[in-house]
Amino acid sequence: MSEKKKSLGRVFTNGVLSENPTFRLVLGTCPTLAVTTSAINGLGMGLAATFVLLGSNIVVSALRKVIPDKVRIPSFIVIICTFVTIVQLLMHAYLPSLYESLGIFIPLIVVNCIILARAEAFASKNGVVASAVDGLGMGAGFTLALTLIGCIRELLGNGSIFGVSLLGTAYKPMLLTILPAGGFLVYGLLLGIINAIGNKRKGAAK
Amino acid sequence: MSLILSSAPHIKTKDTTQRLMLNVIISLLPCVAAGVYYFGLQAAIVLAVAVVSAVAAELVWQVLAHQKVRVYDLSAAVTGLLIGLIVPPAAPWWMVAIGSVFAIIVVKQLFGGIGDNFLNPALTARAVLLASWPAYMTAGYNVGRFDAVTGATPLLSGTASTMDLLMGNVTGAIGETCKIAILLGLVYLLVTRTIRWEIPVFTVASAVVLGAILGMDPVSVVLSGGLLFGAVYMATDYVTSPMTRGGQIIYAIGIGALIVLIRKFGDYPEGVTYAILLMNICAPLLDRMIPEKVYGYKKAKKEAKA
Repeated sequence: MSEKKKSLGRVFTNGVLSENPTFRLVLGTCPTLAVTTSAINGLGMGLAATFVLLGSNIVVSALRKVIPDKVRIPSFIVIICTFVTIVQLLMHAYLPSLYESLGIFIPLIVVNCIILARAEAFASKNGVVASAVDGLGMGAGFTLALTLIGCIRELLGNGSIFGVSLLGTAYKPMLLTILPAGGFLVYGLLLGIINAIGNKRKGAAK
Repeated sequence: MSLILSSAPHIKTKDTTQRLMLNVIISLLPCVAAGVYYFGLQAAIVLAVAVVSAVAAELVWQVLAHQKVRVYDLSAAVTGLLIGLIVPPAAPWWMVAIGSVFAIIVVKQLFGGIGDNFLNPALTARAVLLASWPAYMTAGYNVGRFDAVTGATPLLSGTASTMDLLMGNVTGAIGETCKIAILLGLVYLLVTRTIRWEIPVFTVASAVVLGAILGMDPVSVVLSGGLLFGAVYMATDYVTSPMTRGGQIIYAIGIGALIVLIRKFGDYPEGVTYAILLMNICAPLLDRMIPEKVYGYKKAKKEAKA
């Protein structure tokens, strides 16, 4: 339970940087690859997952002494499902176009391993406030990563970011980057760059 | 008297990477000549851009990554030349350059440089370009001197005569059309022992046999599209093909079969690129399934079951 000793600020930056779910833990790669064909999709998916993470972390943490150990995973899933349903209904009502483009990946947030991982690894062992901060941190890290990948793929594959055309009509879009194979390529290259930076820092620290 | 002590092997050949790559370049010259003859200046520009950008990418990477500069081994030049030969003659120069840079940096250097890439760099570049700019990769063939202009490849129309197919008087990528030039290159590669005969022969044979079973004309299976070019120059890449003779034969049969299956049942008219890339991925598995026979080592006989 070393996590308890960490300050809340450390808990938050842990999720954004040192344990970024997408780039350091390599969790939740399915939505990462599937929805990041544009920046707005990445941002929308990230925010939806952040809301679910925050809600489920708070409830799991509040109920951590009530839930029997043997049935904790089904209980977590029921809690997560509840929040995913809320997100889905809200998005359908107020952001219908985003709801359309994210499609099946909104209900699939239920099985996003980041959310279950944080419920199991953090919320079930820590207090409500720390768990809420952890949910926000992990969600922010996930959102940042997805938006970054979405920006790169949209810029290369469509010449725009958030729908704003940046490269003009002379640019011939590299369609590959918004195809599934391009998702793997961009994600892999970013992972490589971030690992290289991390290794260099480690080397410099020594 | 000084004694030189060294570990085995003690017998060395003069074959260096540079020498082998030079052989490949020499063997490609007929294709280059045929491409420039049929498609004109545009083809020459495409080839030059492809080679220069591949060599430049390799040099810049090796300098920036503080690696030993090995650009003189000519492997990057071969990759660039191959890319130039498998794109349409009217391909825009920037697209060709992106293909070359992608092949060298992403496919080759990021996986460890020469000898460590698991996919054929030139073919991967072609697949990337095809997925990225399908309009430029499937059009732009109708340039140069042709009596009858057909579609992107005679595979689609099936109208070209056998003689035209042999001589290369058809549309297609710069280097793939003139089969005579490819065969000349194959002979040179075999005579100089740069490649072995198994992979090209079994690739073509397997395509012909499966094509015949599926009711395709064997002449058009072999002579149209990029089958011969792929079988001679792409499938035989040392790094991405299996090491043992048995593995190479299975690999080549797989390539031929996949080409015919993609042509017959796939969405694309041509499948040489994907067939070879798929079998590239299988090469390490084939090496494991069919290991090298070690000299002087006998497999332990299986005990008879009681």
